[in-house]
Amino acid sequence: MLKIQNTLNFARTGRTMMLAGAAFALTLAAADANTLRWARVGDALTFDPHSANEGPTSTLLHHIYETLVGRNTDGSLAAGLATEWSIHAEDPTIWVFKLREGVQFHDGADFTAEDVVFSMDRARSETSDFKGLHSSVAEVTAVDDYTVHVKLEGASPLYVQNLTNTFMVDKGWAEANGVVAPQDFKAGEENFAVRNTNGTGPYTVVSRDPEVRTVLAHFAGHWGDVPQVTEIIYTPIKEAATRVAALLSGEVDFVQDVPVQDIVRLEQTAGIKVTAGPENRTIFFGYDVSSEKLISANVDDNPFSKPQVREALALTLDRDAIQQVVMRGQSQPSGVAMPPFVNGWTEAMHVYSAPDYDKAKALLTEAGYPDGFSVDFHCPNDRYLNDEAICQAFVGMVGRIGVKANLVSQSRTIHFPAIQNNEVDFYLLGWGVPTFDSAYIFDFLIHSKEDKRGGWNGSRYSNPEVDAMIKSIATETDLVARNATVAKIWEKVQEDRVLLAVHNQLLAYAVKDGINLAAHPENQPKMTTVTFD
Amino acid sequence: MIAYILRRLAQSVLVMLVVALVSFSLFRFVGDPVATLMGQEATVADREALRERLGLNEPVYMQFADFAMRAVQGDFGISYRLQQPVAELILSRLPATLELAFISGIIAFVFGVGFGVYTALNRTGWLSNVIMTTSLIGVSLPTFLIGILLIWVFAVELQWLPSFGRGETVDVGSWRTGLLTPSGRASLVLPAITLGLYQMTLIMRLVRAEMLEVLRTDYIKFARARGLTNRAVNFGHALKNTLVPVITITGLQLGSIIAFAIITETVFQWPGVGALFINSVQFVDVPVMAAYLMMIALVFVVINLIVDLLYYAVDPRLRVDRAVARH
Repeated sequence: MLKIQNTLNFARTGRTMMLAGAAFALTLAAADANTLRWARVGDALTFDPHSANEGPTSTLLHHIYETLVGRNTDGSLAAGLATEWSIHAEDPTIWVFKLREGVQFHDGADFTAEDVVFSMDRARSETSDFKGLHSSVAEVTAVDDYTVHVKLEGASPLYVQNLTNTFMVDKGWAEANGVVAPQDFKAGEENFAVRNTNGTGPYTVVSRDPEVRTVLAHFAGHWGDVPQVTEIIYTPIKEAATRVAALLSGEVDFVQDVPVQDIVRLEQTAGIKVTAGPENRTIFFGYDVSSEKLISANVDDNPFSKPQVREALALTLDRDAIQQVVMRGQSQPSGVAMPPFVNGWTEAMHVYSAPDYDKAKALLTEAGYPDGFSVDFHCPNDRYLNDEAICQAFVGMVGRIGVKANLVSQSRTIHFPAIQNNEVDFYLLGWGVPTFDSAYIFDFLIHSKEDKRGGWNGSRYSNPEVDAMIKSIATETDLVARNATVAKIWEKVQEDRVLLAVHNQLLAYAVKDGINLAAHPENQPKMTTVTFD
Repeated sequence: MIAYILRRLAQSVLVMLVVALVSFSLFRFVGDPVATLMGQEATVADREALRERLGLNEPVYMQFADFAMRAVQGDFGISYRLQQPVAELILSRLPATLELAFISGIIAFVFGVGFGVYTALNRTGWLSNVIMTTSLIGVSLPTFLIGILLIWVFAVELQWLPSFGRGETVDVGSWRTGLLTPSGRASLVLPAITLGLYQMTLIMRLVRAEMLEVLRTDYIKFARARGLTNRAVNFGHALKNTLVPVITITGLQLGSIIAFAIITETVFQWPGVGALFINSVQFVDVPVMAAYLMMIALVFVVINLIVDLLYYAVDPRLRVDRAVARH
């Protein structure tokens, strides 16, 4: 009943039919050499390409749909459905995209500029979850069949970085099936695009049973080289121990979300290989630096507003201990809340100092808290790698100088809204940077709260000078001048200790021996890049 | 009799309504669905607009009234998480849970009664001691641990059975069954044992205690005095008389097996309603959570109703004081 049949031509060769049949044979049997059995914690929520801006959903959709530009494993941009992109020579507010010719959708329709215009409009529509990435777009127009102009409200030199997860759909297919806009929950009806696909991607959907098993097969009409993996069997396994057991027992070939505590053991297991790599996500502590009085503290003023207290907290943070004990080596301690992939990152900012509890205690006394103070410390427990354990470790560290942090550990569904609504004094947050540019960090975490900026600025940091600089880099087209401004903003942010960086997360993939797959900084591995020994 | 049934039915409707109301007022504490529904780039205005579209800004009683009105018509809305109709989602997952519950119920009953009788008849044998000690593990170890242990031994080390999922399934009408294929049956073994172990222990101890009691009664002594075979005495007279309370407990436990299969389903990635519920809670998928809780309430209400009716039909003594009647 829930099985999805793709709109693709079914009458393909017997080889595909045979592979599809093999997919239903028990997983205990040895897999076909070209089949990759892939397990991770969760399933794609929907197949609608613009309905959920969520990691696992995008990961699976990247195999079915394609984007104008993609992301290499080193973080650089890769040509996708666009072969060239540039800022218009005469008008810096226009981005020009040259499209790849000869690309077909799975149903045989040609991919042209009007599909791009349609897809971009769909991604910007009211019910799209990607509209935030395209809020500065004024208009998208097709110049000819293979050239598209994206007109922005102002110059935006890095706009192209926002396109790596915006998928292209076929206009004719979407109109014929009534899926011009993404799912609207209010309508109370299921959108056709939730379970049916028609992309240009390297794989087509053979069958889908949500949260049980999704089988993809290589699309013969794809423009790229034929990948070594011609069939993917994707099975979500929520429980960490079961996921690892499935790999050990040979029921899956590739586990994407490897629990931190199992990495060392898996590395020592014969026949299993672990590939680790940095993830584009930073973990940091935030605190309210500007309110008169804290909500939960036992003192009448705001200790976090005093530079000495912020410095004292930084001096208590033992990043190496967290890396070794809590993360079992699987993290990259950092002095700045920015992963190394991001434009604006420097080695100098990355360096961090060792803890110094005596000095921290002296600073706290100097700030007027010889006996310390107590404050609620909010932490998510289901979002980042070992998030709650990191918080517990830090509670002990600040405790050594007399700061009593009362740990409040909650689900992300409670934690995140509380940060957005300024309801917490002191918290842990992680931040991924999908655009790979510092502006994304500044816009959401550093800029004062206003209409489109500062949405996650739980520090309540507000500095008009910094705000002006942040606004200026959004439209500065001279990249040298822009980078200089970025460096100046970081200097101020670090000097004011707005965010207390802990580390960058590392990703680990576990695969069977003989399978090669590099860790992807956005955790969006592409099975087309897998090679077999 | 008919008046009795009608009265029970009216009570059942009331119970369902109360469950719905309580669960609805609890949902506010689970978190904000908008937090997981929108990407991190969403602005305050975007979030507010979505909240408005989902009707989350309405007072709780209005949301409840809206839910109840639509639920009566069989419309539970669209899942926030999976974007599919909730009723269809639950119905598609229900066969997996029911098959698992049914099989583990059978395992629990058959082995529970068997071991119970054996340990009652051979109170001092070494095998009885082994069974009694092992059964202690069954009650005291958490389901989660038992599941992981079984996976470790039978899937990873011995590689006899699959560690997760349902194997190959066959659609019989709208019922997706795993009972008709070898891989489906193999996949069922570990989760069914995990889920049934606690119930088995419970039934075993109940049967043993009841048997020991019955074996001391006068009519058993009389039966022996008449020179009946051990077999006829033990199974024809003693066991038969212990089964009434055992059947009652088993029936009631079936409800809990269905309702509490959540952990087992999570450990074995069993695609049933329990796993669906857990995922929904983490996502604050209110429509699915509400519908699931209503379904579980319905299961308990129906089972209790059936048990009550069986009391009426089977054992007239139960209408009077049960304890007095048996001793």
